[in-house]
Amino acid sequence: MAKGIRDKVVILGAGCSKFGERWDAEPADLMTEAFEECLADAGIEKNQIEAAWQATGIDAFSVGPGAMPLSIALRLPYIPVTRLENYCASGTEAFRAATYAVASGACDIALAMGFEKLKDTGYGGLPQRSRGVTNDMYYPNLSAPGMFAQLAAGYRAKYKTDKQDLKRAMAHVSVKSHANGAKNSKAHLQRAITEDQAMNAPMIAEPIGLFDCCGVSDGAACAIVTTPEIARSLGKRDLVSVKALQLCASNGEEGGFGNWDGSYVATTRIAAKRAYEEAGIKDPRREVSMTEVHDCFSITELVTMEDLFLSPEGGAVKDVLDGAFDADGEVPCQIDGGLKCFGHPIGASGLRMLYEMYLQLTGRAGPRQLDDPKIGLTHNLGGFPHQNVVSVAIVGRYDA
Amino acid sequence: MIGITAYGAYLPRARLQKQVIADANAWFDSGLRGLAKGEKTMCNWDEDAITMATEACADALGRAPDRTPAALLLASTSLPFADRQNSVILAEAMRFDPANLRTLDVTCSQRAGTSALLNAVDIAAAGRGDALVVASEHRLTKCASREEMLYGDGAAAVVIGEGDVLAELVGSVSQPVDFIDHYRAEGRDYDVGWEERWVRDEGYMKIVPQAVLALLAQTGVEAADIAHFVMPTDQRQVPGGLAKKLGIPDSAVTDNLLQSVGITGTAHAMLLLAQRLEEARPGDLLLVVGFGQGCDALLFRATSRIAEWQPQRGVSGWLAAGVPETNYNKFQSFNDLIDKELGKRADVDKTAFLSAMYRNRALTNSFIGGKCTKCQTVQIPRAHYCVNPECGALDTQEAYPMAGQRGKVATWTADRLTFDFNPPAYFGMVVFDCGGRLMMDLTEVDPDTFDTGAEVSVHFRIKQIDTQRGFRKYFWKAVPSR
Repeated sequence: MAKGIRDKVVILGAGCSKFGERWDAEPADLMTEAFEECLADAGIEKNQIEAAWQATGIDAFSVGPGAMPLSIALRLPYIPVTRLENYCASGTEAFRAATYAVASGACDIALAMGFEKLKDTGYGGLPQRSRGVTNDMYYPNLSAPGMFAQLAAGYRAKYKTDKQDLKRAMAHVSVKSHANGAKNSKAHLQRAITEDQAMNAPMIAEPIGLFDCCGVSDGAACAIVTTPEIARSLGKRDLVSVKALQLCASNGEEGGFGNWDGSYVATTRIAAKRAYEEAGIKDPRREVSMTEVHDCFSITELVTMEDLFLSPEGGAVKDVLDGAFDADGEVPCQIDGGLKCFGHPIGASGLRMLYEMYLQLTGRAGPRQLDDPKIGLTHNLGGFPHQNVVSVAIVGRYDA
Repeated sequence: MIGITAYGAYLPRARLQKQVIADANAWFDSGLRGLAKGEKTMCNWDEDAITMATEACADALGRAPDRTPAALLLASTSLPFADRQNSVILAEAMRFDPANLRTLDVTCSQRAGTSALLNAVDIAAAGRGDALVVASEHRLTKCASREEMLYGDGAAAVVIGEGDVLAELVGSVSQPVDFIDHYRAEGRDYDVGWEERWVRDEGYMKIVPQAVLALLAQTGVEAADIAHFVMPTDQRQVPGGLAKKLGIPDSAVTDNLLQSVGITGTAHAMLLLAQRLEEARPGDLLLVVGFGQGCDALLFRATSRIAEWQPQRGVSGWLAAGVPETNYNKFQSFNDLIDKELGKRADVDKTAFLSAMYRNRALTNSFIGGKCTKCQTVQIPRAHYCVNPECGALDTQEAYPMAGQRGKVATWTADRLTFDFNPPAYFGMVVFDCGGRLMMDLTEVDPDTFDTGAEVSVHFRIKQIDTQRGFRKYFWKAVPSR
């Protein structure tokens, strides 16, 4: 049995651009903004970076394929640069690649950059795109909110949840995230909303209304990683280390076989179990200080609370309504505002989540700062509820 | 004995109320008010002559026919492809064995349906086997036209075979005449007609009697003995007038369903025949006329078996299954009759990748999945490795047809963001009773009653239309059972 990644790699620096409808910004502008913050935070020179990974989800739409966009934008010194795409987990994948590179000893310092320029479509929502020549012949005609709205149908049927009760819990998810996002100057949406607003917003995909959806925005986020020893030699204290990095990809079983009823995401449960084991976490609800989960839609966050074993099965509605995941709750979720307020520039999101965890763990989260957090968990979910890629990352204080 | 061994029909569910057509257009042509009685069948946006033909076939033969006919003839003047044999698509949707099947599209006239029947008779009489004739029509009509008021959409299927028939063929004639009551030129969308009175007096009243009298002479049957007179026409007075002129009893005259279906073009003669066969008694004589650039006339006699056999739903079943549609704009939009803003999400490249389509046609045309011969797990699509994690066997799956299967909806939504010709787009995870699951499009959902657990059957429908290149892709969609 492999020993895992726990405490082998630390975050040396992190950066995040302002997210939003960046009509003025090219991808290179977004990357530069995030990278300059990250580099200054890391306290190194650019030429000390030995390898880099670029996460972009929808290549053909903005910058084209390959890793040159990152290498050229930052004028990286002819180092190995690789582009990664793995649906909405792309950002965390870039971080995983950089972390593994450092842990293997192949390089001392590596960069993970994720970005996306989504707001050049001329319409709201994610860009329309192919799911592959053959898949397009028989996959249903669906949008992202449509895919995830099905979780609500499955959840309601399984737990006999009243339609309005579920909708109210979903509304609470969004109200909570907006309250958090209102304290974050980098968020796209910085206004608080009410439960009534969320409940009565225009319907997008039954029962997902406008305020159950995350924003669509442009943005970039990045992290530089190294070993604890090198970080210390560079004068760093209060190190934040990687405790676990897990990925789980569907193999078609949920959709094509068995008992999957649409009320949960099987891959999240598998990745979470592995991540807790890798990080040595036995009681997640008690041990995890905070989470940034993939709240592409409010219902996704709600079922993710169960899939991460933070709520018992069928218990998320009550936990959400009780405020267990509010900023002052037991396990605050989306303390930076989440995808809900940051939007979801695909490649950037995983690294944006890790950026917030890093700020919180180093006590630099300003008005959003939680009281003494020790362990932060991030979660990404890309694809369909029944067929997807899930990443779970756990970071925490190196000395904890 | 050559005759009819099975029959069936299909009518789209939506029934456009003719009053709404008149309300929209009477300011321009007040004469339309006179035609604004009743309703007409209206294809959903994902239906066309081919998809309706699959339904009519299934009505006659069941969704999973165990036998392939010797010939499949598809009659229509509104086939989606001018050069891609439409009947082959139908054959694959019905999973007919191609090893011994001849297919043919029969078109270019309103009597293409009856002419296809005449050819089917010859195929059966030559001892080649059963011939399945399907006639299906979805014609476009101009806004505020008489045709818009009178034309409906529908399909019918008749199997002609030898032996133990439901109705035997007594005789037939066919007489071509270049009489142009209307025409539609190559590359044009709409019919151009001539004055109704001329069409009646010089066309129906002269050309039809010639053919019918020849048939009666040939068969030695008296006009007075005819029990069912099928005379498709959009002119209300013509069938009765012809009956009177020919000496056919008034009680035999078949209603043309002008106020419930509309005229379904090449399908209409067979549609009316299918309706009369449901009601016919042993010994009844049925006279079927097809009119258009001449006249076909076929005479059948119901046998003692007539009451023993019924189609799955039949014309009567489809007539009763209608749902009123009062949105005229929806009718125009579904038929692409107006330049409608569909939004930027509709504006994506929909190229058909023909080589990939060919590789995948067992799935897309025939909805064939796989069944693991080791663990019996049904799975869609068919794959190399079994999806059952306890099994995982390699290359053990045999073809498993899903088309006749029923299932239940496990998850669903109504999506208003994705582009759909009829939003919201419904889709969800369908769990089939026989095993196998697939997330798939749903169509013709009743929003007020639909929920998780709904029972569905699957139907061959248009998946996507590439307007840029004039192509349409088909796949199977789930429809709530009613």
